[in-house]
Order: sequence, then structure tokens, then C-alpha cells
Amino acid sequence: MSEIDLLAWGETLFFIVLKIVAILLPLILAVAYTTYAERKIIGYMQLRVGPNRVGPRGWLQPISDVIKLIMKEIVVPKGSSKSLFVVAPVLFIGPSFAAWAVIPFDAGVVLADIDAGLLYILAMTSIAVYGVIIAGWASNSKYAFLGAMRSAAQIVSYELAMGFALVGVLMCAQSMNLGEIVLAQSGGFFQWYWLPLFPLLVVYWISGVAETNRAPFDMAEGESEIVAGFHVEYAGMAFSLFFLAEYANMILISFLTALLFFGGWLSPFEGYGWLDSATNWIPGTVWLLLKSGFFLFGLIWIRATFPRFRYDQIMRLGWKIFIPVTLVWISIVAIWIKLNWWPFNN
Amino acid sequence: MSFQVLVFYSFAAVLIFSALMVVTSKHSVKAALFLVLSFAAASGIWMLLEAEFLAISLIVVYVGAVMVLLLFVVMMLDVDYAALRQGFVSKLPVAAIVACGFFILLYSFINQGVFSDDRYQAPPPKPADYSNVKELGRVLYTEYLIAFETAAVILLVAIIAAIALTFRGRRSRKSQNIQKQLSANKQNRLKVLDIKPVIRQKSDESRPEEEHSKDSNLDSAESEATKSEKAESKSTGSDSSKGKPA
Repeated sequence: MSEIDLLAWGETLFFIVLKIVAILLPLILAVAYTTYAERKIIGYMQLRVGPNRVGPRGWLQPISDVIKLIMKEIVVPKGSSKSLFVVAPVLFIGPSFAAWAVIPFDAGVVLADIDAGLLYILAMTSIAVYGVIIAGWASNSKYAFLGAMRSAAQIVSYELAMGFALVGVLMCAQSMNLGEIVLAQSGGFFQWYWLPLFPLLVVYWISGVAETNRAPFDMAEGESEIVAGFHVEYAGMAFSLFFLAEYANMILISFLTALLFFGGWLSPFEGYGWLDSATNWIPGTVWLLLKSGFFLFGLIWIRATFPRFRYDQIMRLGWKIFIPVTLVWISIVAIWIKLNWWPFNN
Repeated sequence: MSFQVLVFYSFAAVLIFSALMVVTSKHSVKAALFLVLSFAAASGIWMLLEAEFLAISLIVVYVGAVMVLLLFVVMMLDVDYAALRQGFVSKLPVAAIVACGFFILLYSFINQGVFSDDRYQAPPPKPADYSNVKELGRVLYTEYLIAFETAAVILLVAIIAAIALTFRGRRSRKSQNIQKQLSANKQNRLKVLDIKPVIRQKSDESRPEEEHSKDSNLDSAESEATKSEKAESKSTGSDSSKGKPA
């Protein structure tokens, strides 16, 4: 291989790494401040103040948390499968970061503009199950194993409902590329898919909460029954990788909801005369961040509001309610598209 | 060597290594995990063939669903590994003969040129707007519709068979009546009783009494040692009293 080839490789590699850093650094910062926001919001919802000691109004709390987690010792329990114990958090956080490769932040602003973007995201979320299962098994602890079992069963069942909800979206958009899905929704607030796909939106959103193992679906953690679930034996940075991945997944779900059902980076005032021209200067990324910020707030709101589900109720909701609903609505949407009715008449 | 060739060889190396580890791994859970890795490597090779839909569905279906369920089973099994490894030497010759035979068969087959380069030419490069997914869908739902639907029906039969095999009948089930649980409301769960408050007379005098009782508790705690001594002496006394008639 020639020297020029190597140089070209080096250049592409450098720019790809640069793009990855440009996505991951803000993501990690966002994760840190999501934890702060969560504690503050839940605090105010429960008539408390939340963290307010480190820095002005507690702004430096996440930084001190990070320092604390880094300084802590990573304990590998006796009798655990050491190699798998170490691999598990990496397997959990890898896919949750990798999924961000196909997320468009504005028209054409995306790391990997691949045709099967939606499928890729499904694949990445399904790989993340291994982190949970391996963590539970390698810990050699019954609580961790019970948590892993619960979580894996829950993720596998809700992935089905989620996948069916996504099928509805790709039927409407005629594409699995996330950028094209957003562009297919252009034409104002009522052209977005939240309206024709409303049942699928609800199913997708609730499955998203369940997929990220968040309250009220946090059976995998279930502090009151199985201590902390699959990551009960992890400490320090190993634990914080699980924590980081969970919050990165939360942000991912919020972004995906905004992209698939709420027009991504498109302005909500599109086609409203003076309102459109008055808000034209706002870049699309701001709209996308606002929308996903709203859904992120929704996730925290849900956690502060609802009590935890019972396990058989979770399974019943996933299999007996969500999957039939999505199947029925997919057929309705298929007929809808074939009949060329609004809003699929262009 | 182009970049694609390098990627191909690295995925192929991972695939062969993990496939070998599936067979030679001492622990069944690790073997299952190496099988997952080999699926992932195979998916990478499919991706190089520009079959991105198949590659990603390999991950979604096999890695994300099938292997998770398999791992469940493997993790729950209580395998006695020592018993499994017994008789390795005695069975080795038979295994070696089978393996050699299979290898010779495979080698002669490949040597005939069944998988040679001129039989499998690289497909012409597709235009940029070519969608793998759309083409696959079109072919599946037009040309191969009957085969596709038959496969779906067979899978449905398998689902029903699996349920029929594990269905244990009505009596042993502990299923919950969800409808009944959901229809529960405040009216039929809660009963507000009108309990008359107990009014204490001479509430002022009750205080010193309580203090007094507390003091007596303290006293009793202090004198517990002596009490227990007494009890011991009592018990020995009773023992001795029991022992007397004997």
C-alpha cells in the first residue's frame, strides 16, 4: 500500500474521530447535567430543594459526583467471573454511544448517513441487553442475577412493541434513514407523524421508558425487593458506566421521539405566514434540542409521578396490550396510505 | 490491499477465532457469548457484501433475541462440568476420525472450485440511490410470496406448539384476575369507621404516673442482673426439687 493511501486513511480516520468526539463530549456533559436536572426537578416536585451545596445553586454537583465516582475503588467480588465482570459495563455503554452515530442533528448533520438507520438503532439497543445479562451473571450474586433476568425479559418484550411502532413510522416515511424520515414530515405542525401515528407514539414512548429501565418500569433495579438489580456488585467507575449508559439511553429515546414523531429539527411554525418568517432565523438544532428536552423532562416527570409496576403487570402491558395495538394500527396506516388520504396525499 | 480487504480479514479472523472458542470454551456461558461474537463478526462480513439489511437483522434477530433466550437457559442450567469432561481420552479416537473425514470432505469440495473466484464474481456496484431494503421487500412480497407466507405459517405453528407444550392446564395456574384488580376502587376497598375518641379523665395526673412507670422500668433494667441470678437460683432450686423425688 502506498504512502498516499495511508495519508488518506489517516485523514478520514482523524475526521471521523473528531466527529465522534464532537458528539460524545456534549452527550457526556448532557448526561452529567441530566442527573442534576433530575434531582432538582424531582426535588421540587416533592417540595424539597434538591442538591444546592456544591457551587452556586448546586451547579457543580455533577462534577463532584464524577470526582467521587472516579476516586472510588472498583471492587471485583470473590467468586465472580472476572473477565466478564469487567466486560459487562463496556458492553452496556458501547452500544448506547454507538447508536448516536445515525442521529441527525440538522439537515445533513450526521456522523453516518446510512440507509438502514432505524434498524441500526434497534440493533444497538438489542445488543445492550448483553451488558445487563453478563453483569448479572458474572457478579455471582442472586440479587444481581434476578435483576438481570427481569431486565433482559423486559427489554426483549418491549423491543417487539417498539419495533412495531417503528414499522409504522417507516411505512409513512417510505425510508429507514432518519434524516429522510424527518424530511418526510416537513410541512408544519400537523404534518408531523404524532397525529396519524398517535397510538404508535404512545406505545413507543412507554416502551422507551421500559427499555431504559426507568421508573415506573425499573423492576430490574427494584430497590425494595432486589437491592439494586444487575449492578448491585459494581462500584466506582464500573457502576458509573452503567449509570452513564442509562442516562445516554434516556437522551437517545427523547431524541428519537422528537425525530420520528415530532419533525426532528423542523420548525413547528412551518407554513404559518408571519410566524414562520419571524422564527426562520432559529437553527434547526435548537428546535430538535427543545423538543427532545421536553421529552427528557417527561421521563423525569414520569419517574416522579408513578409508583413501580408489578412484574406480571409489565409483561401483560407489553405483550397483551401494546403488541396488539401496534399490529392493528399498522394495518390501519397501511390502508390509510393506500387510500391516499390526508396527510399521505402528496 | 485496500481498506475493505483489511476489514474483511479482521472480521474473518474474529469469526474463526470466536467459532473455535465456542467449541473449545470450558464454560457453556462463555461458549454462548463467543457464539454471539461470531454472529456479530458474520454480520460485519455481510455488511461488506452491501447486504446491510440482512446484516442488521442478523444482529436484531439472532444476537438481540435468540441468543438472549439461549443464554437464559444456559445460565439457569446446573451443569456438572467435571462429569461432562469425563471420558475425553476414550472418545478421542472416534471424534478424531469423524473430524478428519469431515475435513477431507470439505477440502475436496472446496478444491473442486465450487467456491472459486470465477464462479462468484463481485456483483456490479449499485447506484447511490439503490435501496437494499426496498428491493428485498419487493422480491419477498411478489416473486416469493407463497414461500414467504408458508414460512410465516410454519413459525406460527411452532409458536402454538410451544405454548401447547408448556401449557399446564387450568388448575395449576396462579394467574391473576387483572380485570378485578383494575376495577378495585376506594368504595369497595376502604371503609371509614367512626370510632369514638377515648377521652381520658384526669389527664394531668397521668403524666407523673408515666414517669413513675419509666423509673420502675429503669429500676427493673438495673436489677435485671440480680433478677436473672434469682431466676437461676430458682431454676436450680426447681431442678433440685425435681431431682429430689428421683
